[in-house]
Amino acid sequence: MTIYADNAATTKMSPAAIKTMTYAMEEVYGNPSSLHTVGQKANEALQNARATCARLLNCDPKEIYFTSGGSEADNQAIRSAALMGAKKGKKHIISTAFEHHAVLHTLKKLDQEGFEVQLLDVGPLGTITAQQVADAIREDTCLVTIMYANNEIGSILPIAQIGAVCKEKGVLFHTDAVQAAGHLHIDVQAEHIDMLSLSAHKFHGPKGVGLLYARRGVILTSLIEGGAQERGKRAGTENVPGIMSMATAFEEACAHIDENTKKVSALRDKLIAGLSKIPHSALNGDPVNRLPGNVSFCFEGIEGESLLLLLDEKGICASSGSACTSGSLDPSHVLLAIGRAHEVAHGSLRLSLCEWNTEEEIDRILEAVPEVVARLRDMSPVWQELLSGRRQFIL
Amino acid sequence: MALYTDTVMDHFQHPRNVGSIKDADGIGEVGNAKCGDIMKMYLKIKDNVITDVKFETFGCGSAIASSSMATEMIKGKTIDEALAVTNKQVVDALGGLPAHKLHCSVLAEEAIKSAIKDYYDRNGIAYDHSKFPDCTSCESCRMV
Repeated sequence: MTIYADNAATTKMSPAAIKTMTYAMEEVYGNPSSLHTVGQKANEALQNARATCARLLNCDPKEIYFTSGGSEADNQAIRSAALMGAKKGKKHIISTAFEHHAVLHTLKKLDQEGFEVQLLDVGPLGTITAQQVADAIREDTCLVTIMYANNEIGSILPIAQIGAVCKEKGVLFHTDAVQAAGHLHIDVQAEHIDMLSLSAHKFHGPKGVGLLYARRGVILTSLIEGGAQERGKRAGTENVPGIMSMATAFEEACAHIDENTKKVSALRDKLIAGLSKIPHSALNGDPVNRLPGNVSFCFEGIEGESLLLLLDEKGICASSGSACTSGSLDPSHVLLAIGRAHEVAHGSLRLSLCEWNTEEEIDRILEAVPEVVARLRDMSPVWQELLSGRRQFIL
Repeated sequence: MALYTDTVMDHFQHPRNVGSIKDADGIGEVGNAKCGDIMKMYLKIKDNVITDVKFETFGCGSAIASSSMATEMIKGKTIDEALAVTNKQVVDALGGLPAHKLHCSVLAEEAIKSAIKDYYDRNGIAYDHSKFPDCTSCESCRMV
């Protein structure tokens, strides 16, 4: 039996989301821009989905722009804020060192285009304070973009406080809420969020669909030119089945946040407690303000990809921030940002749970991981050096 | 996983010649922990023949499989035969490696050479230094 513990990468679709999607494909096949009955049926379904998403985020439906996912929403939010700022001569952008690449790579491009990007230090726990943001904001700051919760290490950031600071200083605030949406209560008004990105496949919805919330007054820049869809800000015939299915999944997820948090965080804590018993290991991320499903560890003396392969052999699906799994030579920028040494960051393991994981599965993971770690340490020259004292333990 | 060939997975899951040799005649270590790959190779050499070989590897699946395959390819061979083993031969024997994993096979070739070089050094045997590039010459480490 496969144990799927990689829900931060993507989730399995819920039966309700699949049902909506197949219904849409069979029955709501019209183009929402068409004037005839079939087209208007699709338009109505699209607007219903928009209204549902708006209600769940506590915003106006006109503030919701459907996209192809979180990355597109991040790109559009940041590009738009940068352009708005540049028109006023404001070219300073504040973010953090451990954002998703959809944010970091967009910021890198803006940096090359003459913007000044300041990445806040996230410290050993992987979080920031609203004070750090307040201290960093300048006269020429045009955007603060800070993730709601980190995808690799699970830290939840103090978004409401950061939002309040940005509101007070009159700076646009965007948050990449891809890992948070459907898992944590989000209220864009109460948390003073001007722009927010989310992606459907992180909460049992389909892949290839997400949305950008942009408060009225934010002038969005189109990344895709063409027709007048999405109030002229995102051309291309709408992904009606995907959008409808996302709305179903989002509604279902939001309706069960408290119950799922209780169940999933209990499984998470059991897993963390068990894995902590492995010598020379360490939990990554904030132990308290933490996503309900995130378990992230570093194990000294081993490399993450071989760990994943051996776990996969035992039917356990997980992920790692090692260089070998990233396709580059450096391990995860998130683990480096929280101060993990390269050699320790290579030995990372992320297990991300959802409400469909069971206690029995946690028991099986807790049997498998120590065994696999021991097996890899046995053949690791680094581990032999650590044991003999020729190399100092870091963890 | 489709990432690797069946041969790679076999050598990764059931690595041959894992361990160390206490009274080794030559020991080679290449790579570094910062890069995420270290290979250590131990040789027993008698009358110019590699009579035993063991390895320890810190690294990804292809690094472990490459080490395992390399030890199989040199066991029982003469030193000259072992020195003739190239990373490409290791890759071919494994049925191929993904492009971004080819450096693992380079490490395997260098681990063999490094262990033989150590044997030469210990026994005062003269050799052509240019034929033993040190590990840091590889692009992977240069970029760090």
